[in-house]
Amino acid sequence: MDFDYHALLPEIILAGTVVGVLLVDLSPAPKYWTAIVGLLGVFAAAIPILTLGFCGDLAFCDDSGVRSMLGDSYVVDKFSLVLKGLFLGAAFLSLLLSVSYLERDRYWEGEFYFLMLASTLGAVVMASSRDLVTMFVGLELVTGPTFLMTGWRKGDPRSNEAALKFFIIGVLSAAVLLFGMGLVYGATGEITFEGIRAASANLPDRSDALFNLGVLFTILGFAFKVSAVPFHFWTPDTYEGAPTPVTAYLSVVSKAAGFVGLLAIAYLAFAEARVNVWGPALWILAAVSMTVGNLVALRQTNIVRMLGYSSIAQGGFMLVPFGAALASNATSVQLESVFSATVTYLLIYAFMNLGAFGVVIAVRNRLGSSEIDDWSGLFRYAPGLATLLAIFFFSLAGIPPLAGWFAKFVMFRAALSIGGGWVIALAVIAVVNAVIAFAYYAKVVKSTWFDEVPTELETDALASERVIPSLKLALGIAALAVIVLGVFPDLVAGLGNLTTGFVE
Amino acid sequence: MFEDGWGLSLIVFLPVVGAGAVLLIPRAQEQAQKLTALLFAGASFALSVFLAIGFDYGVAGFQANTAADTTWIGAINSHYHIGVDGISLPLLVLSTLMTLLSIVYSWNHWPEPENPKAFLVLILVLATGMAGTFVALDLILFFVFFEVVLLPMYFMIGIWGDKNKVKLPVVERVVEMRIYASLKFFLFTLFGSAFMLLGFLALYFRSGDGAAQRTFDIVELSMRSDLFTGVFAFWVFAALFLGFAVKVPMFPFHTWLPDAHTAAPTVGSVLLAAILLKLGTYGFVRIALPILPNEAEEWAWFIGVLAVIGIIYASLACLAQTDMKRLIAFSSVGHMGFVMLGIATLTDIGINAAIIGMVAHGAITGMLFFVVGSMSHRYHTRDMARLGGNQKLMPIMGGIFGFVAMASLGLPGLAGFWGEFMALLASWQPAAALSTDLFRTLMVIGAVGTVLTAGYMLWMLQRVNFGEPPEEWSSHELHDVDKWEMAAWVPLLAGILVLGVFPRLVFGATNDAVIEMIEAGWRFVGG
Repeated sequence: MDFDYHALLPEIILAGTVVGVLLVDLSPAPKYWTAIVGLLGVFAAAIPILTLGFCGDLAFCDDSGVRSMLGDSYVVDKFSLVLKGLFLGAAFLSLLLSVSYLERDRYWEGEFYFLMLASTLGAVVMASSRDLVTMFVGLELVTGPTFLMTGWRKGDPRSNEAALKFFIIGVLSAAVLLFGMGLVYGATGEITFEGIRAASANLPDRSDALFNLGVLFTILGFAFKVSAVPFHFWTPDTYEGAPTPVTAYLSVVSKAAGFVGLLAIAYLAFAEARVNVWGPALWILAAVSMTVGNLVALRQTNIVRMLGYSSIAQGGFMLVPFGAALASNATSVQLESVFSATVTYLLIYAFMNLGAFGVVIAVRNRLGSSEIDDWSGLFRYAPGLATLLAIFFFSLAGIPPLAGWFAKFVMFRAALSIGGGWVIALAVIAVVNAVIAFAYYAKVVKSTWFDEVPTELETDALASERVIPSLKLALGIAALAVIVLGVFPDLVAGLGNLTTGFVE
Repeated sequence: MFEDGWGLSLIVFLPVVGAGAVLLIPRAQEQAQKLTALLFAGASFALSVFLAIGFDYGVAGFQANTAADTTWIGAINSHYHIGVDGISLPLLVLSTLMTLLSIVYSWNHWPEPENPKAFLVLILVLATGMAGTFVALDLILFFVFFEVVLLPMYFMIGIWGDKNKVKLPVVERVVEMRIYASLKFFLFTLFGSAFMLLGFLALYFRSGDGAAQRTFDIVELSMRSDLFTGVFAFWVFAALFLGFAVKVPMFPFHTWLPDAHTAAPTVGSVLLAAILLKLGTYGFVRIALPILPNEAEEWAWFIGVLAVIGIIYASLACLAQTDMKRLIAFSSVGHMGFVMLGIATLTDIGINAAIIGMVAHGAITGMLFFVVGSMSHRYHTRDMARLGGNQKLMPIMGGIFGFVAMASLGLPGLAGFWGEFMALLASWQPAAALSTDLFRTLMVIGAVGTVLTAGYMLWMLQRVNFGEPPEEWSSHELHDVDKWEMAAWVPLLAGILVLGVFPRLVFGATNDAVIEMIEAGWRFVGG
């Protein structure tokens, strides 16, 4: 069997780091070394992604186009490289967020980094997997460690509750997913995406219904992972109970992993079921997720819960391009634009959402509360944090010149490029939702910028507190990305367009 | 220095660079912050004046030697395309001037809670958004600048705005005015502009076959206006209409305006009235009319009727106000009604009227907000029932107030006259495709509106300026106009007078461009 070590280098380095972190944890070295090893490992794993991406320009690299392994089950193409880059970048930021959190509250550190890196490895594997089994294994590798991480605050019953809920729903969704995959395999006799696609093009009549049902269950399985309404009910409780860096990780890396799986399976394996099954199904999920997510978010008083519902709604926006793909006459160029819209949205969303959670961690470190009312007047004693908060929240709301506008823009563009009554209707629903969403993002900004400081707060003491360097670095990276990508969106749009290779 | 669009880019981006510079100065060094802000805003204004001097008034269309056109977002084929023609030039100069004057005025008039650093940063960011909107020739670029102005204005109203409590309708909650007004302002505009963005995208996809031929370029799209027809054009115009009409604001989308203007700090109200409202009318003239000329003819009667309803409604609302600032805010709705009436006639006279109306309204209403801001700073109230005899208490302030109120009611010889008069004149003979009867009726009703305008303006003057001061104020030491106020106001007062006597200053620039636009726009319908 031909094994391409260069193509697998990111996974190999990441796997090595996972072990390395455990070894450092066992050694007498100070615990913060586990974090440093983890960060360095993630950084090192990103290097081969660059060498693979720019392979044609490098002397030592043998540019053979798409690198396919294990009988087309594992493919390293531009799509997988871009998304691996996203996962590693987001994991890097999540690790930085975790450092400050864990050090401050004296949780176990080595094991935590081990779990987070193992989960990231799963996401990286998912980006390359092109068959049902590898995809499922990758997905479970993403999810498994997050159950434990969610319950990391052992002494807090809410954290335990969050972990338990998450675990039960996670298992349920895995069962639904496997059931769907089983039906698909039964109908087509194939497990590779290419194979399923080829087989589903000319199914005998009696297998057709079976296949469609399989597609539906598989899609619904992923709907749990991306917390689309009505499969979202675990999200707010889990997000609130989990340690905040874990919430950040769940809302970005884990969610993005779900979307990657959905993208690959929907556009590649289930290309034949686009018009009849997953297009309409995801149209509905998109519309409902946006609307319910936003309307419920309006009423939240706890910022983490609010961000939970916000991420449900953002997931709805990311599903809009899927829903737009239901048009039967969509050309491959249109499908490419639809496909890259979701990828571009994911790339931008990662930075702004991680940034938002970074601010939440920083402010909660100071105030010990995540109730929005307690954050009143933050601007008076921590203008820097308040500014960052405004940047990330307005970016989530999609206000130019912050990067979020471009995410929304490509989403609308994808929808309008396809056109047709149903798709335009979805675009209009998205527009209305974008306006509703602004109201609750603005609520937090209003509280922190416009309201008076609660009288019992000692602002002098609060003003003199400093943000931990690792957190500062994470916030700096995210803020820079949000501003630069907002003014020069070409940087991220180009990446999004690179990924369209496998839409045909 | 204006080659390749450098000068134009500097005009737009110098303020935001200045904002960055102000941010870097430590909070305690207030003087340095003010000087830096003044320097950058001044440089931006000076460049725009040079631009106007070097402008080739004999040529219609965009002046190639000052324009820039490079790829901005290649993935969506959007360009950094900026340029000025006779239509945008007066508005660009107005926006840089108002920015500069706002900073001068702010020198020692910081609204509560002070924090000059943040305030200056917001003014400068706002300046970039405003100037950028007037020079953008790419729909996406236009959209981004159009939205950029929202954030600074939102913070300006929310932080430094009116702290009086209001009871919200429907939900029955009591909140501070600034909180309510800032959110309302943002949500209304966002709602409109989100649909506007959909309209832009629809135009893009209809503009050609395949990605290579599609474009967001405003000039290019204006030349392809024959591609946009039928139901498609109707819905696109509706989307653009929603975006621009909220911003203008036209009746019945105007309800955010009185709240936002009243709640904003003085400088916020000035910039809001003088420039931000113009973004909407400018959008009609720059985008909706040239790109969808046929559809504009279909909508003209509707726009004209709404404009006139706005004029009458605003005048009646003004007569019911007790708060000076709110009265002036409502008067803006009326004045913008005249601007929209001019646009709705789709004639060169009407659109020329609209542009001089915009410039004049910018100077006059901006000035009115300055004066009312300064007065309420001294009286600590804007309630007209408690005021009176201002002329005696503060002779210079009263004189200026009287002068500007006269300009606002459209006194011939002052700037406000031309916009109203020519808009009515244009309604006498609207474009060939439009109903003459309807527009002549609108003209008559609009003329009644000018009378009502004079009525409420004089009524306000009478209550505030004339008569004997009430006892409440006779014992107060009220200092008259100070030097910073003078410095900020004199250019505007001079401008109002000069424009009134010599409107060619604006028409000279706009006329050729407007005629060219009308001819280009309606060449297909033979109008």
